[in-house]
Amino acid sequence: MEKDVAIVGVGQSDFMRKCSVSIAELCFIAYQEAMNGIQLKSENVGASVICSATEYDKQRSPAGVISDYLNLKGKPTFCVESLCSSSSSGLRVAYSLIKSGLHEVVAVVGFQKMSELSSAEAAERMGRSGDVMWESPFGMTMPAAFAMFARAHMAEYGTTEEQLAKVRVKNSLYGSLNNKAAFQKKVTLEEIMNSRPVVTPLKMLDCCANVDGAVVLILASREFAKRITDKPIWIHGLGAASDSATLAGRETYSSISCAREASQIAYDMAGIGPEDIDVAEVHDCFTITEIINYEDLGFAKPGEGVKLLEDRETYLGGKIPVNLDGGLLSKGHPIGATGGGQVRTIVRQLRGECQEVQVENAKIGLVHNLGGPGVYCFVTILGRD
Amino acid sequence: MGFDQFGMKSFVSETKAAEFVTYLEEGKVMTTRCKKCQEITFPPKMDCRRCGPSEMEWFEIKEIGELGTFTTVMYGPAGFEKETPYTLAVVRFPVGIRVFGQMDRKIPIDEIKVGMAVKVVALKVSQNRFSYQFERV
Repeated sequence: MEKDVAIVGVGQSDFMRKCSVSIAELCFIAYQEAMNGIQLKSENVGASVICSATEYDKQRSPAGVISDYLNLKGKPTFCVESLCSSSSSGLRVAYSLIKSGLHEVVAVVGFQKMSELSSAEAAERMGRSGDVMWESPFGMTMPAAFAMFARAHMAEYGTTEEQLAKVRVKNSLYGSLNNKAAFQKKVTLEEIMNSRPVVTPLKMLDCCANVDGAVVLILASREFAKRITDKPIWIHGLGAASDSATLAGRETYSSISCAREASQIAYDMAGIGPEDIDVAEVHDCFTITEIINYEDLGFAKPGEGVKLLEDRETYLGGKIPVNLDGGLLSKGHPIGATGGGQVRTIVRQLRGECQEVQVENAKIGLVHNLGGPGVYCFVTILGRD
Repeated sequence: MGFDQFGMKSFVSETKAAEFVTYLEEGKVMTTRCKKCQEITFPPKMDCRRCGPSEMEWFEIKEIGELGTFTTVMYGPAGFEKETPYTLAVVRFPVGIRVFGQMDRKIPIDEIKVGMAVKVVALKVSQNRFSYQFERV
């Protein structure tokens, strides 16, 4: 069913450890691809929403520099940030700009150039991942938060390290088929189990890696969308929620409550349930996160996420295929571009462009994108018809 | 006593709750309760999110808590490179709060288990730095 706002264009740079171009040049690659195939000129783009976790940028206030480089000078532009979910925040803002009638076409530009930071600068920022007043003085890090979720899930449901490793085995299979992924090598259960401990119980290969990358999504109003493309992908549901930034403020550690809330809001808005989703992208920043996400999204009951994976229901051909682009574990995690990259994959699935990883006749897709250790969550439901 | 004396490394120096560190120096781990609605929080707050203008009172966390979850960090951020491995944990206290912090380094890592009974104890990190840690009961 046609909705008020559509995604009409998607583009992505390669995700890589070191892109060796400037942030504006990186965004330009994604913008060119997004504009390719639609009858749209830059002058028709009414505004741009630039998405970045700006603590990683050398450029203060990147919106001006990037929008100028994309030939959007003169148009409204500003930056939004919610850590790893920055570009899902951007999508939400762009939707509102169109739905409100302020603009007919809006570009969402998500990027991060993680390689701009020296390792000392990265370590300094890593030390400020938690609440700087109450957590950072103890040496808190982002991986440590997810490791604590893993330990809680293990204690509550008997989940094992080997079961977590199976998430990466699956995602690396699909990552090997994604030529824009930073890590295209298939990894074995044994390699994951033998990788060095980073934050127990998580090991090196349970963790995604930060990479450079950019993604552009072009959103348009219904009438405009129908004029410029044969394959608009409609926004059916937008859910967003937040939770306490300090772990001490959380009710549970084996589940991410803002993800449960965001998914319910998105399902309600779309008028569907988890059983109606044909294909999904979920935020697998760590192996444990994907298991928890299955449960938070209602793909599996609490404690049954591992079974869903082991029954191969989240593989291509299963009940609910997940992360068929390799996920963050294979693509890498360019913070401000990550959510946009997930949306791009679902848009391409719904357009039927995914070749060997195409879900047959995919009509409804879901994107789940977390920001920080479950501080923010955005769930987006997209539809072909 | 300033809040910049809290923990192994501090990032924030000014807060209305800086008294927390003074109490740590006295050997007490304290948090706050709203005198109006009685809500207890951790971390301590000098403002009540429910009542708005209110008066807060400090009380000591003396209860025995239960280890909710933990992780042992093998690679630390800036300032913690030489501290590894260290174990971070969240402890649930019956009074209805959860406290984030580090486990006592004297507990062998393989003896740390979810559900174990612990107490929170004030700790003098160095001449001018104060913190707390979770110790086995």
